[in-house]
Amino acid sequence: MGRWLGRTTTGFRQRGRIDMTPESPKPSRVYFFGTCLIDSFYPEAGLAAIRLIEREGVRVIFPRGQSCCGQPAYNSGFPEEARTVARRQIRAFHEEIPIVVPSGSCAGMMKHHYPTLFAGAAEQAEAERFAARVFEWSEFMVRVLGVRLEDRGQPLKITWHTSCHALREMRVIEDSKSLIRQLSNVELVELERERECCGFGGTFAVKHPAISGAMVYDKVEDILATGAPRVIAGDCGCLLNITGAIAHRELPVSGQHLAEFIWERIHDGD
Amino acid sequence: MMGTESFEQSAERALADDQLRKNFAFAMGSFIMKRKAVFSDAAETEQLRARGQAIKQRALSRLPELLEELEANCARNGIRVHWAETPAVANRIVLDIVNAHSATGVIKGKSMVSEEMHLNAYLAAHGVEPIETDLGEFIIQLNGETPSHIIVPAIHKNKSQIAHIFHEKLPGTPYTEEVTELNAIARRTLRRRFYEAAVGVSGVNFAVAETGTLCLVENEGNGRMCTTLPAVHIAVMGLEKVVEKLEDLPPLLRLLTGSATGQLVTTYVNLITSPRRPGEKDGPQEVHLVILDNGRSRIYADPQLRQTLQCVRCGTCLNHCPVYTRIGGHAYGFVYPGPIGKILNPQVEGLEKAAPLITASSLCGACEEVCPVKIPITALLRRLRDESYSRAPTSAVPGHGCRSSLAERLAWQGWVLVNTRPWLNRMMNAVLGAIGDFLPPVGPLERWMRFREEPKFAGRSLHRRLKKEGVADE
Amino acid sequence: MSETPRDRILARLRNAPRPEVPRPPSVPPPTDAPARGERAARLKSRMEAVRAEVHLVPSEAWLDRLKEILTVRKVATLLYAPQTAIGEALQHAWETDAAGSPELVAYAGPVETFKERLFAVEAAVTAAAGAVADTGALILRPTAEEPRLMSLVPPIHIAVLRAEDIFASLDDAMRAGNWPADMPTNMLLISGPSKTADIELILAFGVHGPKELIVLVLE
Repeated sequence: MGRWLGRTTTGFRQRGRIDMTPESPKPSRVYFFGTCLIDSFYPEAGLAAIRLIEREGVRVIFPRGQSCCGQPAYNSGFPEEARTVARRQIRAFHEEIPIVVPSGSCAGMMKHHYPTLFAGAAEQAEAERFAARVFEWSEFMVRVLGVRLEDRGQPLKITWHTSCHALREMRVIEDSKSLIRQLSNVELVELERERECCGFGGTFAVKHPAISGAMVYDKVEDILATGAPRVIAGDCGCLLNITGAIAHRELPVSGQHLAEFIWERIHDGD
Repeated sequence: MMGTESFEQSAERALADDQLRKNFAFAMGSFIMKRKAVFSDAAETEQLRARGQAIKQRALSRLPELLEELEANCARNGIRVHWAETPAVANRIVLDIVNAHSATGVIKGKSMVSEEMHLNAYLAAHGVEPIETDLGEFIIQLNGETPSHIIVPAIHKNKSQIAHIFHEKLPGTPYTEEVTELNAIARRTLRRRFYEAAVGVSGVNFAVAETGTLCLVENEGNGRMCTTLPAVHIAVMGLEKVVEKLEDLPPLLRLLTGSATGQLVTTYVNLITSPRRPGEKDGPQEVHLVILDNGRSRIYADPQLRQTLQCVRCGTCLNHCPVYTRIGGHAYGFVYPGPIGKILNPQVEGLEKAAPLITASSLCGACEEVCPVKIPITALLRRLRDESYSRAPTSAVPGHGCRSSLAERLAWQGWVLVNTRPWLNRMMNAVLGAIGDFLPPVGPLERWMRFREEPKFAGRSLHRRLKKEGVADE
Repeated sequence: MSETPRDRILARLRNAPRPEVPRPPSVPPPTDAPARGERAARLKSRMEAVRAEVHLVPSEAWLDRLKEILTVRKVATLLYAPQTAIGEALQHAWETDAAGSPELVAYAGPVETFKERLFAVEAAVTAAAGAVADTGALILRPTAEEPRLMSLVPPIHIAVLRAEDIFASLDDAMRAGNWPADMPTNMLLISGPSKTADIELILAFGVHGPKELIVLVLE
């Protein structure tokens, strides 16, 4: 059991929240929820995110029983199935220590929707306590660890894409951007239509391919207009969607997860 | 629905229409900017939205009492109140009033409820000419179309398309793209109709129970023409439009007007409390209010879905929706487009007919972020998705379970298995890591790959890498 | 007992679960109400932003200003309400000297017989019962003497308003006037000349209501 003790505050800006500021003592240990997309498609991003936490002297625990936050089923009309999978995650992350999630979408699901998913169920209190411990990765790095980054990379122009959940539910877009802005050799050019969805939406992309296709097309146009050769994002669903569309059009733009990008920059990559 | 075309087909057709996409992209972008300008103080805006939500939720909590109070006060004022459970009954009520005055036409202010009733087609079929007087409605009526937006019905057309419509459909009208000219043509053409009309039909933005007052907002003046000049005024409204007190109007008006058009106030706010009283020289001799149910009382019965009825029909959810912006209003194939349409149409028309609407959303939340009365649109969409698969014996939503399919249930059971058995999960990832690139492009993968390269499975999953790295698992 | 549609609708509504929802607290009167001069200035700026023309005139000078306005526009006929304070003032002024001024046309009878004249007059002058400064709108209370259509049909509408009747907000106006106790048959807020943006969101003025709204604020 760590020295750190958390307490849930209600009435805080986001529903139920461990009271933490950059001034409060750093937790000695945290859980890491990798997300199913990082697990299957972007393990490097997960590794980078973990290493960046460890670098600040915090021990990271990765429960092997973890899998998916349950959002795909929850959004598609299968709440029972979502609950079954969500329960697994709640049980796997049972200690009262923070849970850091390298995705605004999955963090949002766990923090904002688990209480709804289990409302009136036996696990309601447990789900609420779980939700109160969830942090999106960039907000954890900025607001809890107060990380300082030294950029050792070559000058580079990038643009930032935010997931809808990171923007509207977790509200961490400024945290993510503030991490990027710490990199002195990186020029951040904002997207003109920064708040617009990229069209992933989980099963939406395959249920309504033409509409989703039009949305990601426009997102890529917006990225091209910045002149940046790289788009950075904090969510791998968006990343799969956007980089897939870019590759389909054979455009000279690459995409990367924020954690992987930062890890490379501070180790003099690129 | 548009003939036998499916929603997906309508959407694809709209997406391929470059002019349409340009028209909407421009218009919605403008609306977004205008709204931001008039709600520039974030904290104040949040307070105002919370107030709007509170007023509407309060009114809905007392809906039957307020409707009775409204009826009593209207009656005391001389406004005749009629109740209609269905559009057919509502149309009949309107027709009977028109016939009682031997009118052969009616002038109409913009009313989405009248679209829901398909009033124009009904009147025309019974020998009564409906004359739309709102400029946007006038344009689409000339062209035989339905509105594509709740506030600006002709927004899918640009100047040149409208110029063609006027030139071709209004005898003796020269071709001109000058907006002042086009407006002048509309004014001249409609002035004669205002002058001659015996019956005017309008909607209602808010009906105040406390005083028996109908509140209507507009910019053009056509609404006042329809409600003041003819001898008979018929107002139609959904039963959820009643508000408790007059003092509820200022915040609601601010929210509605700011959200709909980015204005602080419309040109006219028209508060109608009674027909012409003895001694007065103008105003209608008769004022009728038709209260329409059409499924609203059923929606009302479910406390979560009841929030659908908070809607003030401002249209701002449409303006902020990435789907609506790209497919436009007609592709939805129902009376109400956009996010509000996605939750309202299925509940009114049934899930079987409207099912594709509820999946056509990425749940981005842009709509509920700006809704002036804080309807939790994404939560209601999820609820409707749940209902569309639900195998419960009864449900608040007609057509529930219409999408239930063995194949999909099995697919999600499979998903559960993979995500609750770590060994199965590891095996899947290992297999996909090896053969993922060689998966045949069928089903979901084929649909993904229409616009994107296939996703590349990692050789070794994060689970495996971390085990290798020796990261603790507890 | 036969059920009516009304009975069935209300029954369905009453049968629904309805937890109590309190009334949101009334908006309290502002502690820092803007002063009268500020309200007039705010009203002017808001209304001019939507193409109304607002003149701040000393009370004794309004008739002269009105005449100027009408002369500049070469208005030939002016609709007015004889049995009002404005109407009487106009009649008196016109009796004294009507040179170069438009013909005064009284809204003489019910609209059924007056309609043709109503649609032919070039301008109308009415009182405004008050105004709302924060959003920039006049409050009109049509009466038997000053009917509704005066502020709608003629292409030019001139409204005469006393500066002391300008409220900071609509909440204030409703509260001060105790509106719920005494609603006229028709009440209007008017913020400018009629307009539309239905064509490509391009703003155009003077659609079906007046093309010009001119406000005389009497200080």
